[in-house]
Amino acid sequence: MHADALWLRANVIKTVRDFFWERGFLEVETPLLIPANAPEEHINPISTLPSWQLQTSPEICMKRLLCLGHKKLFQISRCWRADERGSRHLSEFTMLEWYRADSDYQVLMADCTELLQSVIVACQPERPNFVRNEVDINPFTPWQRISVQEAFLQFGQVCVWDCLREGRYEDVLTSVVEPALARFDSPVILMDYPVELAALARIKPDNKELAERFELYLGGLELANGFSELTDPVEQRRRFDEANSARKCAGQTELPLPEPFLAQLATMPASAGIALGIDRLVMLTAGVNTIDEVVAFTPENL
Amino acid sequence: MYTVADLKKGLKIILDGDPYLVVAFDFVKPGKGQALYRTKMRNMMNGTLLDRTYRSGETFDPASLEERQMEYLYKEGEHYTFMDQETFEQVVMEEETLGDAKNYLLENLKVEVMLFGEKAIGISLPNFVNLRVTGTEPWAKGDTSGNDSKPATVETGYVLRVPPFIEEGELIVIDTRNGEYSTRVKG
Repeated sequence: MHADALWLRANVIKTVRDFFWERGFLEVETPLLIPANAPEEHINPISTLPSWQLQTSPEICMKRLLCLGHKKLFQISRCWRADERGSRHLSEFTMLEWYRADSDYQVLMADCTELLQSVIVACQPERPNFVRNEVDINPFTPWQRISVQEAFLQFGQVCVWDCLREGRYEDVLTSVVEPALARFDSPVILMDYPVELAALARIKPDNKELAERFELYLGGLELANGFSELTDPVEQRRRFDEANSARKCAGQTELPLPEPFLAQLATMPASAGIALGIDRLVMLTAGVNTIDEVVAFTPENL
Repeated sequence: MYTVADLKKGLKIILDGDPYLVVAFDFVKPGKGQALYRTKMRNMMNGTLLDRTYRSGETFDPASLEERQMEYLYKEGEHYTFMDQETFEQVVMEEETLGDAKNYLLENLKVEVMLFGEKAIGISLPNFVNLRVTGTEPWAKGDTSGNDSKPATVETGYVLRVPPFIEEGELIVIDTRNGEYSTRVKG
């Protein structure tokens, strides 16, 4: 089983790499040890040296490459997030990120469809379905798209803004909405997040309450998070400051800002970018339920 | 003091004054959202199950539980008495607390008694115990009904299924983890 999982993992990574190479994306490597990540309220970086952090995502460096004129980029790299360990979390994990200049999140959704179809055909030709908790998820059937507010209303009979105000957002999402998404036999795109959850995403031009952000779910498992990128440095700095204020209120350390990124952001073309968890993609391809089953070693085994 | 980062299956904590065993645990964290620590816990005093969700920053007191080897002495009504052979200290447990373990309690059996403070809250038995059959129907030779087991009563009063060749007065080995017949003690 273990040897099979490692072969499958290698095959998934090779297929992903070939997919982007064939479509003219530039594969990049950016530094893993950086002075500043994008500060977020609920993501804690790991510091190994004073004033340096392991990346929680390669997004800052990859967006700086967009600012320098690169149009289509991808990277498969290790990321680290402190104190995240569970059946679908490891503190050290493998992330795929890809970016497109002159694009928006709709283009990324189309990329996701083609990518998942390619991966399953290459890695599970016998049964081209992803599997989660013994449920088959067919990437060739039309994908469901549902807005966050619709999902909260339909599955939980609650308004997402009420949940955010009352501090129940995560609880309702994980105990009601995600289990409902697990019943779909196609991938599901949960889209148009409340601006409160926008992070680095652009606001929808026709609705100031919503951000052009989406998450891809297979069998209720969150696989990828993509958005149309915010390119306004003033707004971006305001959101970083807001994240740091929230951290301070919660007794967390405030995080340094990625200043060179903020300085360059005004030169970034309208772009879209997405992060996809490779470990989870392997879990779904293998049809196993824990992340432990798709890595060579867990931290507990070291 | 434990924090949410210490939560895992098997952890024992105090909640509302009672000791709880964490029997299921998962870490959930939706994208860009707050981490939730979902647990299922069993009250070690009465066995009831409880679902609780915790967030970063919450803390717990460890449940200090002690396991001590004791010998089963006797039963009086619903009360079972055990004694520590070194200190001669005695503890009493209710039949309800013992659960299925009462089926295997023969005088002088050595067991591990779980103590929460002064109170005995459970015992762990050896995986296998030897008990004598005190009653079972004789094996009807030539029985072609195809039954491959029959009921038998052992000296503690426990009734279980045994193979047809087991006779009254024989010593048998019982697996205390599932309550089933394991083998016969020869001689």
